Amino acid sequence: MTLLAPTGSGQAPPAPPAARSGRHRLLPYLLLLPGAAWLLIFFGVPLVQLAAASLYDPSGSLSTGYALTWAFGNYPDVVQAYWPQFLRSFGYAGLALVLALLLGYPLAYAIAQKAGRWKNLLLVCVVAPMFTSFLVRTLAWKTILSDNGALVGLLRDVHLLAPDGRLLATPFAVVLGLTYNFLPFLVLPLYASLERLDYRLLEAATDLYASPVQAFRRVTLPLSMPGLVAGTLLFFIPASGDYINAELLGTPNEYMIGNVIDSAFLVRLDYPQGAALSFLLMAAILAVVFGYLRRAGTEEVL
Amino acid sequence: MRVSRWLADRWVMIVALLVLGYLALPILVVAGLSFNRPSSRLSYDFNEFTLDNWRQPCATSDMCDAVVRSVQIGFVATVVATVLGTLMAFALVRHRFRGRSGINVLIFLPMATPELVMGTSLLALFVSAGVPQGFWTIVIAHVMFCVSFVVVTVKARLAGMDRRLEEAAMDLYASEWQTFRRITLPLVLPGIVAAALLAFSLSFDDFIITNFNAGTTVTFPMYVWGAAQRGIPPQVNVIGTAMFVIALLLVGLSSLRGRRARRANLLTGPAQPRPTRRPS
Repeated sequence: MTLLAPTGSGQAPPAPPAARSGRHRLLPYLLLLPGAAWLLIFFGVPLVQLAAASLYDPSGSLSTGYALTWAFGNYPDVVQAYWPQFLRSFGYAGLALVLALLLGYPLAYAIAQKAGRWKNLLLVCVVAPMFTSFLVRTLAWKTILSDNGALVGLLRDVHLLAPDGRLLATPFAVVLGLTYNFLPFLVLPLYASLERLDYRLLEAATDLYASPVQAFRRVTLPLSMPGLVAGTLLFFIPASGDYINAELLGTPNEYMIGNVIDSAFLVRLDYPQGAALSFLLMAAILAVVFGYLRRAGTEEVL
Repeated sequence: MRVSRWLADRWVMIVALLVLGYLALPILVVAGLSFNRPSSRLSYDFNEFTLDNWRQPCATSDMCDAVVRSVQIGFVATVVATVLGTLMAFALVRHRFRGRSGINVLIFLPMATPELVMGTSLLALFVSAGVPQGFWTIVIAHVMFCVSFVVVTVKARLAGMDRRLEEAAMDLYASEWQTFRRITLPLVLPGIVAAALLAFSLSFDDFIITNFNAGTTVTFPMYVWGAAQRGIPPQVNVIGTAMFVIALLLVGLSSLRGRRARRANLLTGPAQPRPTRRPS
């Protein structure tokens, strides 16, 4: 019985044989041990190591070794040096989020409420981009937005773009890439919420003389809130930490904080600076997330 | 009134289809470019139709080496992560124990932490511990971020399972091990397979965490990243298209199997007790 024993709602199981109860109590811990140990050693400990590295003496180097001098000055230093990239990260990710909401909400709503027997097919279409490589997909945008491409040609012809105007290597390209890459993460939880929406509630609202806009604001939107909050977070967290779109579709003028961290660790080999920036990024994201959760007022997400 | 309702319905669907087009566009471009003979190494524009890239996908041999290495890493990481994650899922669904909420937090956190932070922190650990970076540090990192997704996927399957089937087996004098092998495992297997596929695709496509922990080892995403600066060989698009087609075939096959099983059930009646039906 040990492996499969149903133990109900926290009450002691009805007097198991004495010899077995010891094994029974230990079993969950044995099952958890390898996985939990892996996560502790390779996720938990590294975070502590990163915190320590952010307080290393900044005058050290990889070859001479670093000394932990509790150099809290690293933090103000990196903020002073890189606050534009920080602002840009959150600005771009925020803009991309607004765009993704405008595109993703109608999509999720249409699949959940209007698609009928095509529902599963459309869902596959939403996740289909993730079937191929992230980097290869992002590079495809280089072709689409290229100066010689059809899109730029069309926009120049209708004078939406100056004759020498470009799309590639602009903030627009980076935001477009971010929106594209993380849109499925927003749509899927939103779809899950909207799918459970009872259409009769909307009919009731209409019967009570609500306009379509009112019905959306007072019925659909509140009921989709859990999915909206979850989707927003799943979109915003990776988008603000991303640097692939800025590197491939932008120029150093569009660099986000991820680009700076990447070069601090892999090019400049300035570990204290890179570690301080990583920690600040995590703190900033956590602050945004918790502030947002408090305002959205849905605690059930966590 | 009815006309405006009709229009409103179509309006949402039209926007949705346009957004799906936006999502599909890059894939079409990748597929198209896999038949392209670029005018120069740094050009991303369509130039001339050719089948050469598909005939000789390994013309640039480093790229194929990188693909093979990604598959090896993905395979090892998937096996380890699936085993560890499945054990954890069983513990969480089937047992009550002290420290459960702590374990849940430990599983949730890696999914909510930016990849950049996980990558850099592991790098800080490996460097300070003097571990040389390469194949195995990548595997360690991939197992770390895949485990949580395996736990969540298997847990969902386990939680939706009818426990009475196991109780029935035990009543019929099946031993604990027999019950597990003949009843529990077959019923959970689809969840485990789904989790493994998810883990493999996460591992195969990961760039950010790998980039910080690879040393001089080159995986496929890292090859593409490096090549983006030097000029992309068109065969990269062949790999991208092939990945897409394989994944699509897998999804198609699994949905076809599901449909056939359901149809067989309709024609011949359920061969097995239906787990969802409740005695009234």
